[in-house]
Amino acid sequence: MELTFQQILFYGFSALLICSSLMVILVKNSVKAVLFLILCFVSTSGIWMLLQAEFLAIALVLVYVGAVMVLFLFVVMMLDVNFSVARSGFTKVLPLALLVAIGFVVVLSQIANHSQFSIQPEVISDEQSVSNVRQLGRLLYTDYFYPFELAAVILLVAMIAAISLTFRGKCSRKSQNIDKQVKVTKAERLKIVKIDKPASHSEDSE
Amino acid sequence: MIGLTDYLILAAILFSISVAGIIINRKNVITLLMCIELMLLAININFIAFSYFLSDLQGQIFVFFILTVAAAEAAIGLAILVALFRNRASIDVEDLNQLKG
Repeated sequence: MELTFQQILFYGFSALLICSSLMVILVKNSVKAVLFLILCFVSTSGIWMLLQAEFLAIALVLVYVGAVMVLFLFVVMMLDVNFSVARSGFTKVLPLALLVAIGFVVVLSQIANHSQFSIQPEVISDEQSVSNVRQLGRLLYTDYFYPFELAAVILLVAMIAAISLTFRGKCSRKSQNIDKQVKVTKAERLKIVKIDKPASHSEDSE
Repeated sequence: MIGLTDYLILAAILFSISVAGIIINRKNVITLLMCIELMLLAININFIAFSYFLSDLQGQIFVFFILTVAAAEAAIGLAILVALFRNRASIDVEDLNQLKG
């Protein structure tokens, strides 16, 4: 059987993807798991290139590997986790995990082997083909403009949420602390002072 | 020629690996988050494969939005993780029982 160049690329990237995703879930050290996850994303980006989704393939490497995975790496390295404790009870659930995984693969590949999915893409000649980025941009800024703006809002909300969850600096708000106000006792606020009244006595005598 | 079925089976294998990962790594929240990322990746492969074989660009638009939401989810998840680790000094899922009614 002669393999075409595309097939070699497809099977190569697929093997890389499956091996590295297995390593993600099996490796003990979380830092190594994140690095294998990066390898997963890179090989997926190769597969997307084969599917002519150039923009998304590059966005996956730039945005995902460049930003999200680096964030993962930062967090994993920042947390001082004892990995051996985190792995206890690993072999107990391994048979269950294998069972579920194999069941999933069998069922899903039964569905995928259905004749409905044996379709071929239309071949577009080089003269009438438009670049993927141009097509995607045209669609994104016309039909999908509101969802596009909503995605921007989602990212803004995520940024604010992440900052407010982890911010530990000086809090300069002048709001009331209701807890403190309710818990206050008489002894903290009220001070009874004894005052004699010698002054009025002297006035009376005059 | 590589058919649509090949891509679908690849995505199915990737998805089931990440499901197995969620079952195996029930102790470690970071690995759980990574498995969710892998699941989203498998779904994205499906979307892009269909978009290519049906010559419809809407699948790629959908992947674009999934990537956005996944990035937001990762950011908030990791922020929660950092806040959690500060308060409890552990990322074990079984320690997270404060909200138990």
